[in-house]
Amino acid sequence: MSTQREQRTDLVTTPSRLPVRELTLFATLLVAVLGVYAVMGAAYSTRMLVEAACYAILALGLTIQWGYAGQFNAGVMGFVALGGFSAMAFSVPVNEAFWASELPGELGVALLYALAAVLVVFGATRLDRLGVPKKLRTLIAVVLAVVLYLVVVNVLRGVTGEIESRAGFIGGLGLPPWTGWIVGGALAGGIGYFIGKVCLGLRSDYLAIATLGIAEIIKAFLKNSDWLTRGTATVSPLPWPTPGPAELGFTLARALYLSLTAVLIAAIFFLLHRAYHAPWGRMIRAIRDNEISAAAMGKDINRRRLEIFVLGCILMGIGGGVLGTFNSLFDPQGYLPLNHTFLVLVMVILGGPGNNLGTIFGAVAVYIIWIMSEPLALYLMQLAVTIGEGAFGWDAPSNLDSRALQARVFVIGLLITLVLRFAPKGLLPEKVKHHG
Amino acid sequence: MNEFVFFLNNVVIAGSVAGSIYAIGAVGVTLVFSIMRFAHFAHADMMTFGAFMVLLLTLLFPGAGSAVGLPTAVVMLPLAMVLTALLAVGIDRVFYKPLRAHGVQPIVMVIGSLGVTLLLQGLIRLFAGTGGQNLYVDDRKEIFRLALPFEGARAPIVITEPQIILFVLTITAVVGLHLFLTRSRLGKAMRAMSDNPDLAQASGINTNLIVAVTWVIAGGLAAIAGTLLSLDVTFKPDLSFFILLPIFAAAIVGGVGHPFGAIAGGFVVGFAETLAVFNWSVLLRPFRDSLPEWLTQAGNLAFVGTEYKIVVPFFILVAILVWRPTGIFKGKVI
Repeated sequence: MSTQREQRTDLVTTPSRLPVRELTLFATLLVAVLGVYAVMGAAYSTRMLVEAACYAILALGLTIQWGYAGQFNAGVMGFVALGGFSAMAFSVPVNEAFWASELPGELGVALLYALAAVLVVFGATRLDRLGVPKKLRTLIAVVLAVVLYLVVVNVLRGVTGEIESRAGFIGGLGLPPWTGWIVGGALAGGIGYFIGKVCLGLRSDYLAIATLGIAEIIKAFLKNSDWLTRGTATVSPLPWPTPGPAELGFTLARALYLSLTAVLIAAIFFLLHRAYHAPWGRMIRAIRDNEISAAAMGKDINRRRLEIFVLGCILMGIGGGVLGTFNSLFDPQGYLPLNHTFLVLVMVILGGPGNNLGTIFGAVAVYIIWIMSEPLALYLMQLAVTIGEGAFGWDAPSNLDSRALQARVFVIGLLITLVLRFAPKGLLPEKVKHHG
Repeated sequence: MNEFVFFLNNVVIAGSVAGSIYAIGAVGVTLVFSIMRFAHFAHADMMTFGAFMVLLLTLLFPGAGSAVGLPTAVVMLPLAMVLTALLAVGIDRVFYKPLRAHGVQPIVMVIGSLGVTLLLQGLIRLFAGTGGQNLYVDDRKEIFRLALPFEGARAPIVITEPQIILFVLTITAVVGLHLFLTRSRLGKAMRAMSDNPDLAQASGINTNLIVAVTWVIAGGLAAIAGTLLSLDVTFKPDLSFFILLPIFAAAIVGGVGHPFGAIAGGFVVGFAETLAVFNWSVLLRPFRDSLPEWLTQAGNLAFVGTEYKIVVPFFILVAILVWRPTGIFKGKVI
């Protein structure tokens, strides 16, 4: 009898204690940041901190997908690029050469054609309600889709070619950057909805494959649509929402931007914290930990998964917008899987998936390592070359700088495999509360 | 007639080349999936590694090819296959086996394989630089121009030496794999393990050996695919993320865990790509006089530009996931 009422220690809420681990880690981080300030100067270090803060937003987006719900998004880069594009399109000054000509009208007509084509094809897929046999309906819909697609693409090609030759690109809207951030989040969420709708009912591997693909497609689109983004010619400068370096000097302007991102992170952190501890968050974790029992409880698993995936993508879009505006340069070729997908992944799995504080810690810590590894790798390479030349008579390859950067690819890969093997829950693991 | 030859050159030959490469890659992915139950993202980099080994060996022994009458790179291929197979087994021992022993979810294995991707890519780029390199170090790429025995066909069919080698090797690999999987004891054990790992283990099959054999086959095939891709164009250390999507699309189209489905899927994806970027207005040109004017006016009737080629496998992937997630040949239901 007595054994039944015995309290199991692992089932009770751990009493609140001094968070030694968190304090130690953040103190170490603070020391590291101060060290960077001392060595590299204030302007450089503040830039690093702002970028780390932008990455923290991206990492928060990934941690709710991977940590809360166990969905692996291998295409963070695509959502970041969408956010950056949107920030650019909304904040860059209006291009008079484009709006003064008759081109906006032509572009509008082409887009109307596209809309009409979509509606016609959609209507064709509903033909079976009028009594058309299903196979015939599918055939009609597919043929119509192919033909209309070719027509629309040809019209669009003409207009966009005209825009590129006469006006450069369509320019921006001249609105404050935060409008672009919001729309960027919405765009990323829309793409995420589409991907999630297709993949989330299947095994999680498929989501990874599909996101990897969509990221490359978004990048290819932004890179080749010169009429929309100027492609490889890049767009700069993007206006800041805060006073720029020209008015305040680099350090102060960047510090202002940093405070803006800090407010943003604090808001996102607070909302996520509330959501995590709300019944909704419990439900999400229940689905992650045991899908079958959650389904047996009557939870709509696929819908909840879609919700959280889209939410993560929205955060990535916003983070990408903030990052793009800060860089003050929109360069579609600058979006690399390594810098914008795998770096974020390392931040999340190192910091602690599912633990927001751990994720922010991971973001800042990994970004410092990432930035500092560049001069360090170069230094080590040069050391190796001087030793090699002196002792063995090597002739060093000339493109040493670019090769030293490749070492970072290796380091990130090593970090991922090591963390997965030796600290699969991260440095600050998710705190699982049990109720006795 | 010239238009038809143009079609042959640009669609049939190019599609078969792309299809063969995707097929060989997808077979490896699908074998790894059926035995170890995870999507192996590092496969494309194993291909690159194989090609890189060939490049190194070719640089070491530049004269070896002329002795046999084949390009040096092809002579070095068996050696590179062995090296890549060893690498694959080694990677499994060091990175995947501990994860498996921990009993992690398959998706964690996927992330682990992404880590391996970056490790391999970093190593290869560190030694090979980032630029493209030609695998033909000492010898010349033979290009055959076959004139057609028809009236009015002036343009020849163009096919290069590596493309012919590619076709021969693809057929050899497929036949060899078929015989291995259906006739040999080990191949049958592999299929048994793919169907039901617990039952296979209970009936006395050495699962560790099967895993190792799977990696050897996957590594060897990856080396073939990577080398032939690099022979056809150039060796690029950073092509993996572009080739991953078509390969996965091929494996999924054919039904995951289905080696012959993967081959079919590879050709489906390869031909879909070349058909989508082909400019169809070329084929309309001979009928210029009998067609309505608006159709002949259209200058470019390609579905997507070559710069958007990667959209095609993605579209196929999405379509198959929506309509038939198990693939054409009913692979593992996921």
